[in-house]
Amino acid sequence: MRTMGTEPHITVKDLTMAYGNYVLQKDLTFTVNRGDIFIIMGGSGCGKSTLLRHLIGLKAPARGAVLYGSVNFWEAEPEERDRMMRRFGVMYQSGALWSSLTLAENVALSLELYTTLKPAQIREIASLKLALVGLAGFEDYYPSEISGGMKKRAGIARAMALDPELLFFDEPSAGLDPVSARLLDDLILELKESLGTTVVVVTHELASIFAIGNNSVFIDPTEKTMIATGHPVRLLEECGHPTVRNFLTRGEARAEAKPGENPAPCFLA
Amino acid sequence: MAQPGLRIEKEDVGTLRLFLDGEWKLANNIPSPREVEGILSAEPDITRASFDTNGLEGWDSGLLTFLLSVMDQCTLKKVDVDRDGLPSGVNRLLALATAVPERQGARRGEARVPFLERVGVSAIDFRRSLLDMVAFIGETFTSFVRLFTGRARFRGSDMLLILQECSADALPIVSLISLLVGLILAFVGAIQLKLFGAQIYVADLVGIGMVRAMGAIMTGIIIAGRTGAAFAASIGTMQVNEEIDALQTTGVSPMDFLVLPRVLALSLMMPLLTIYADLMGILGGLIVGVLGLDLSAMEYYQETKKAIGLTNVWIGLFSGFVYGVLVAMAGCMRGMRCGRSASAVGDATTSAVVTSIVSIVVATAIITVLCDILGI
Repeated sequence: MRTMGTEPHITVKDLTMAYGNYVLQKDLTFTVNRGDIFIIMGGSGCGKSTLLRHLIGLKAPARGAVLYGSVNFWEAEPEERDRMMRRFGVMYQSGALWSSLTLAENVALSLELYTTLKPAQIREIASLKLALVGLAGFEDYYPSEISGGMKKRAGIARAMALDPELLFFDEPSAGLDPVSARLLDDLILELKESLGTTVVVVTHELASIFAIGNNSVFIDPTEKTMIATGHPVRLLEECGHPTVRNFLTRGEARAEAKPGENPAPCFLA
Repeated sequence: MAQPGLRIEKEDVGTLRLFLDGEWKLANNIPSPREVEGILSAEPDITRASFDTNGLEGWDSGLLTFLLSVMDQCTLKKVDVDRDGLPSGVNRLLALATAVPERQGARRGEARVPFLERVGVSAIDFRRSLLDMVAFIGETFTSFVRLFTGRARFRGSDMLLILQECSADALPIVSLISLLVGLILAFVGAIQLKLFGAQIYVADLVGIGMVRAMGAIMTGIIIAGRTGAAFAASIGTMQVNEEIDALQTTGVSPMDFLVLPRVLALSLMMPLLTIYADLMGILGGLIVGVLGLDLSAMEYYQETKKAIGLTNVWIGLFSGFVYGVLVAMAGCMRGMRCGRSASAVGDATTSAVVTSIVSIVVATAIITVLCDILGI
């Protein structure tokens, strides 16, 4: 089993994200440690999903670097990058299941490509992964035949197929009923506990942020940079930045910046 | 790294103890649960199974699948499973995997369908698809009725965009193909006509051939592959994204909003494209006539003018119009009836093109027979 220390798993340095000349976020610097459940949060349209696309290697940074361990992803050779990406599991916002494959085949594809397991074993593992997300018995369904929430869960099963050391979830519990959302949180915690998986979650479900997160970054669309990092519970207790306070209390703090004053960001170690 | 090992021991009365050691990871060739299954079947007096994992060095999903199938077997043989010996992480994941029971009736069996049943099913499907086609034609018709009574709603800018896509944007490819078809007709004709010293009649052959039939047919086929396929793909994708449902709940008829402008645009533009294709074909014939048969351009022009006649032009234009309606309808119908997946969009596009081309050929045959009966 992997050791759980404070060994950095992903390091983001001075990252600037831009579409052409339009800068979405700048000067993002944070570290995701091994075994962390790291939350990326912020209001709608602040670039959470774009940040995720940078972390999973789908979009090159305009400036700055993303390091896995000590390897700079965007300076690595293409083959090396492919190898690194294979160790990620990604769940996309709307599932992004391959619609011409059944759920079991969706999960099995990467196993078929990257392992030497026998078809029967692959099938068993696919069933296991589907059972873990509560989809036992739905192996032979096509994505178009199941509901939106089920697609989401199947997307998670697919992300876990290769027992990746790094899992990325884009809004995993949005659109799930509370019980399924809770089971999903349990699953994420369990993966971290038992397999030592590092998990990066983009979400704005407060319940799940406090339940699972042990580190986070808060990015803000108006300041175009990060305004808080640290354990979400500690942020709630200690952070004085009005935007963060409002976010973490569903606006009940009714915090407002004093005119003429620039609230300090809170970067908790 | 130690290979995963499995040792099975029978303890006192009726208890089976499984010793797991080494790295139980997928990459390491995990022992098969068959062995356990065999022992359980061979010795029916076993009532309890327990685990010893003191030698276990590491694990992943491989161990979980192994345990799940052992546990399945045990439940089947009514053997109690004692999970205390397992690492707590494994136990918790197993609990999660079995937390949501398999939904009753969700699993599908793979039944082999007998030949006769399959024939029957496809016959019924065929009948259904015919009825569906008739229904779609009817819906389009009522949509046109709404258009003429001023109750159909679609956006003018959409219409203009579609008009441009299916006319001006198609000019380059229509030019190339028609010019080449004209050339080919001229060459094929020239070889025969030269035998009689009647090269000048190449102009008649190319002129009548292009104007009466080939111009419209070739344009129809190009448009089927280009625009018809695009209609099916774009409407199909809208179907996948639930955009069509959204139109419906906004109170806009998708037939009026999507199908009507497309059918209208293509049926208006196809005759124009046909005229253009005719001209390009005649130009192709002219090139062969002038360069290959020593005819003068004026001579060729006069002969063509004499040969064609207005009736042929009308027949060509009418054919072009009919093909336009057919291609647009086929594309829109396949798009509207598209399933809700990416592969369904592919199927819709393929079948739109096939339907278009088949219906173009059938329509040509019907028009030809009708013209023959009418004596024109």
